[in-house]
Amino acid sequence: MSITSQAAARGTSSHERLAAQDQPPTDVVQLKHPLRIASAGLVIFTAVAGGYSVVTNENFQWDRVAFYAFNPQILAGLRSTLILTVAAVTMGLVLGIILATFRISQNRVLSGVAGLYLWFFRGTPLLIQLIFWFNFAALYPRLGISIPFGGPELVGASTNDVLTVWFVALLGLTLNEAAYMAEIIRGGLLAVPKQQTEAAQALGMSQLLLFRRVVLPQALRVIIPPTGNQVIGMLKYSSLVSIIALPDLLYSAQLIYSQNFETIPLLIVVSLWYLLCTSILTVIQRRVEKYYGRGTASAPTPKAAKAIRKEKARLSEVPA
Amino acid sequence: MSIGTTEIDQTGAAPMESSNNSPREPIVRVVDLTKSFGGLDVLKGVNLEVERGEVVCILGRSGSGKSTLLRCVNHLERPDSGAVVVDGFVMGYRAKGGKLHELRTGDAAKQRQTVGMVFQSFNLFPHMTVMENLIEAPRKVQGRGRDELVGEARALLKDVGLLEKENAYPGTLSGGQQQRVAIARALMMQPKVMLFDEPTSALDPELVGEVLEAMKRLAATGMTMMVVTHEVGFARNVADRVIFMADGVVVEDGPPSQVIDNPQAPETKTFLSTLL
Repeated sequence: MSITSQAAARGTSSHERLAAQDQPPTDVVQLKHPLRIASAGLVIFTAVAGGYSVVTNENFQWDRVAFYAFNPQILAGLRSTLILTVAAVTMGLVLGIILATFRISQNRVLSGVAGLYLWFFRGTPLLIQLIFWFNFAALYPRLGISIPFGGPELVGASTNDVLTVWFVALLGLTLNEAAYMAEIIRGGLLAVPKQQTEAAQALGMSQLLLFRRVVLPQALRVIIPPTGNQVIGMLKYSSLVSIIALPDLLYSAQLIYSQNFETIPLLIVVSLWYLLCTSILTVIQRRVEKYYGRGTASAPTPKAAKAIRKEKARLSEVPA
Repeated sequence: MSIGTTEIDQTGAAPMESSNNSPREPIVRVVDLTKSFGGLDVLKGVNLEVERGEVVCILGRSGSGKSTLLRCVNHLERPDSGAVVVDGFVMGYRAKGGKLHELRTGDAAKQRQTVGMVFQSFNLFPHMTVMENLIEAPRKVQGRGRDELVGEARALLKDVGLLEKENAYPGTLSGGQQQRVAIARALMMQPKVMLFDEPTSALDPELVGEVLEAMKRLAATGMTMMVVTHEVGFARNVADRVIFMADGVVVEDGPPSQVIDNPQAPETKTFLSTLL
């Protein structure tokens, strides 16, 4: 019999004093957590009840969800959404790297310009930026290269011919994404201790080499997790382009339900596709994070372990 | 480059100057060096010469300018005035037409190859294995072959007793092991001078010995060394010369028997008495 249960049975003191010659019992009875079990039970009950309701409520029209899940128009929209996401993140990354290097530059003009950019593009809603670019023709009816300050035009075209919805969507998403990526990259670069740069310099490495081989790989460990969030965010924010009538995943669904009013099943289809994509991205993000965490994580990931084995094999071919 | 046992001087006396082909030409010359940080004068005109194969220990209180002096030698700090000449080249500058022209960062980087440096906080690259830490710079900077470098790296790791750690990441090593790897890494560039900036100050007391031992063996090979340290015992046993710095200037300079055992300057006396 354990100390705890004896004490509980007597209901007086929480400890039973052992006499000096008594051997203490060695069997342990772990503390029960009735409240935790009860609240977990309540949560399970609520979830099951909610799930039952979702499945049996005919207003969800699950048969129509199944019907539209692989609708060609929806799939085309999904394709557009994926293309927009990949293109905007990629171009945003490139522009973000440039902006981040400007931002940390010793040159005050460069860092000032980058600061101004960040201030504007992070300070205004993406939705407004998109609508603004969509209506850019109102500001400049023609786009082209001309002699500055009112000189003649050399080459040019009507703004509305250049700014197609795809162009506007990519422009808006990229410029906005670049502002956030710039801050993420800057944070990553600043997170690498100055001593790492000094150690590389002391070994005779040039600025470019030490950036590429020493600073960047370490910065990426800090940059990758928020970048993954940005990609997942961009996948969802790209639905804002439905406002300028680009047939992405959401707008494709809207086009269908504006005609047949099957709004709920179509929105469910769209949500399921978004969920699937974000889930896949989350898995990829975890893998990449583990890779760049090498040397800091306590145990190497399977992939890192494989890389290490490969490296070992390569090195052992070299005669000692 | 090896710090193997072949040239070890068993008596522990001053190293043989066997590799010394021009005995009276100093390999490091520091001339009228000044440096200030935000109005604080850290170096106030330092003059110093180090012969080839000489082991010089630099002692002094925190803030006396020892580390800054060392960092000026490989141009990690840019001096305000004065010059550092290593093996005939003005560090960070090109002497031309009676003026010093500042080097582009790439050229300044090339100059640093002749000077190896070991830092207080080791500064190994955490994302690279020990082997990668060792071969990265000679491979990318000097363009030497991987196989050749791996062999050399193994020899150096064996010398510092860490051969079995070549595939370990620095984060899994003790401070003493990391610092020994850092010494090997610096030697991979085949430097002419080695700088040590308080190499044992960040170590747990029981790990200090293994690093000092590695340094002692390196000294015995005839390597020119400038060591900023608080280890008076090391300075007494291994150094050919001890320099005491206070308030941005060299106040005492001579063999350990003089500077440590029979100090003249009041600053040196006070400093040494606080260590006892």
